[in-house]
Amino acid sequence: MATVTLRNLVKAYGSTEVLHSINLDIANGEFVVLVGPSGCGKSTTLRMIAGLEEVTSGEIMIGDRVVNHLEPKQRNIAMVFQNYAIYPHLTVRNNIGFGLRTAKMPKADKQKRIEEVAAILSMTDYLERKPAQLSGGQRQRVAIGRAMVREPSVFLFDEPLSNLDAQLRTQMRLEIKKLHQRVGTTIVFVTHDQVEAMTMADRIVIMKDGHIQQVGTPTEVFHKPANTFVAQFIGAPSMNMLDARWQGGRLHVAGQELGTELALAEGSAVTLGIRPDDLVVSPEPGLFSGRVNVLEPLGSETLVYVDIGGREVIARASGRNPPRLGESVHLAADLANMHLFDPSGKAIA
Amino acid sequence: MSDVQVRASADALMRQTTTYKPPRDPAQIVRWTLLAMGAIVMVMPIVYMLSASMKYPHEMFDLNIIPREPTFENYIFVLADGRFLQWFVNSLIIATITTISAVFFDALVGYALCKFRFRGRYFIFIAILSTLMIPTEMLILPWYMMSLHFGWVDTYWGIMFPGLMTAFGTFLMKQFFETVPDDFLEAARIDGLNEFQIWWSVAMPLVTPALSALAIFIFLGNWTAFIWPLIVTTNSELYTLPVGLTTFSVEQSVQWELIMTGAALATIPTLIVFLIFQRYIIRGVAMAGLKG
Ligand SMILES: Nc1ncnc2c1ncn2[C@@H]1O[C@H](COP(=O)(O)OP(=O)(O)OP(=O)(O)O)[C@@H](O)[C@H]1O
Ligand SMILES: [Mg+2]
Repeated sequence: MATVTLRNLVKAYGSTEVLHSINLDIANGEFVVLVGPSGCGKSTTLRMIAGLEEVTSGEIMIGDRVVNHLEPKQRNIAMVFQNYAIYPHLTVRNNIGFGLRTAKMPKADKQKRIEEVAAILSMTDYLERKPAQLSGGQRQRVAIGRAMVREPSVFLFDEPLSNLDAQLRTQMRLEIKKLHQRVGTTIVFVTHDQVEAMTMADRIVIMKDGHIQQVGTPTEVFHKPANTFVAQFIGAPSMNMLDARWQGGRLHVAGQELGTELALAEGSAVTLGIRPDDLVVSPEPGLFSGRVNVLEPLGSETLVYVDIGGREVIARASGRNPPRLGESVHLAADLANMHLFDPSGKAIA
Repeated sequence: MSDVQVRASADALMRQTTTYKPPRDPAQIVRWTLLAMGAIVMVMPIVYMLSASMKYPHEMFDLNIIPREPTFENYIFVLADGRFLQWFVNSLIIATITTISAVFFDALVGYALCKFRFRGRYFIFIAILSTLMIPTEMLILPWYMMSLHFGWVDTYWGIMFPGLMTAFGTFLMKQFFETVPDDFLEAARIDGLNEFQIWWSVAMPLVTPALSALAIFIFLGNWTAFIWPLIVTTNSELYTLPVGLTTFSVEQSVQWELIMTGAALATIPTLIVFLIFQRYIIRGVAMAGLKG
């Protein structure tokens, strides 16, 4: 087990810099998820930790060792890839045992270890099968098994679940989380799926364009997003953003005036963010009112797209008696759950 | 319906479909005719070779396929002649070593050109490719001069050295290694294998179909090679089979029945090689069909 520390980590391909001075401290045994849109540098970061990409500048430490110039195998890490990378010509047993090939230990011990890992992953019955005879989820388990068998100090996962169907993904998500609770190894997990990030992580690292936007627990990044990007990236459907202006001690937004406890510079423009979850269709006049454009029934609740003075916002209504299409509705929200951002996108505390 | 009934009616259905003959598609008739004609053209020389090997000399130029007086005397004669066996063994040794060497080095170089980024990589690839455009006939003189200077004339090494690595094989293997995802190699790298082990135990098993095809090509090419072995050998002990067979024709007359017998015997190893590797080709194709 080990900590992972990134210090001013930079990666450039030729003259294009794709990671700009990343700083991150990962505690021993922590489950950290890197999340962000495609191309933001998640895989690059992970591959640099693994030693598959060279470091342009900065430092990577695993435990108290600087590993910048160590070979992948000397870093004592294991990695699980998106397309599993299990070998089609080897049985499950040999695939799992692959990582032990170069380990100096008696054959019997190796076999024992392979069987232990297979048991943890409930793959004991499949040990003699070839990957072609396994389902997608089982293949992914073999890939995880191959990583586990070496008992590395850090596990790296690069979108391991994105090739699985939705149901299996939910199941494997849970299994990986349980596995982490059981073995307690430090995990760095890359995904572009914010639900995956929220459900699995101890801490989430949200990245965009090679910069870290925010690091925090799932609760923190959800309830205290550092900027508009994080606010909109985390949570589905994403946060409603409305242009607002602070004037005469009140916030003017979509033809409404709200009183808040904040004191801003007179006339300053801000962005007001309200999560669809916090904006409910109510019988009494509330914050806004407008016409229903679209309805999305989800069963327990219905998402309502409401046009408020030219801006569309998403709100929530009950699943049993939702409003009708084209109907005028009132939307209510608790002011305490609103987020304010300055024009540059940073959250105003 | 009970289970038995269901099964019975299913049986009836199956019987119906098996006895039902759809009308022949005219396009299919044309296709089959063309294929049959092609097959005849391909098979005739082999049939003729086998037939001629069982004829007496006086019957040689009659076009009948079934010999009037079939005989195995030619086979007995050729096999009893120690020279034939010697040439056969020469060819076998040379073709086997060359095949192993060429497959090994072609795959090694192809892999390096495909999976490593290094300075001059593109230049080396083009240089190797461009040698494909030089016909063998043009290379024979320099090869011969080289053999002469190094004392390689009349040695196995002299016969083998031009084929120990092939540009075509390198190109083929490079293209095939492109289909091996880098994830496989990186996973192995993280698991602690060195680059040679990664190539040998991860990348190579994933390209077995290509390796098998290449092995068949190279074996056949060397087994039937004629001009270079003819030129670099003067000692009849070192002749390869194709070179040796021609000596049946240089004496008083062309002994076709013996040449055909030798040729018939010479096809046996190529058949064996093909049968061995063909299995891997099919298995390899089946394996490559699986994702992940
Ligand atoms: N070999 C390379 N050469 C040049 N640029 C590269 C190379 N590899 C990655 N990049 C660039 O680096 C940036 C980050 O890529 P990276 O693969 O880390 O993205 P990612 O966050 O993992 O995205 P995804 O979710 O699509 O996997 C991208 O803009 C990509 O174009
Ligand atoms: Mg990626």
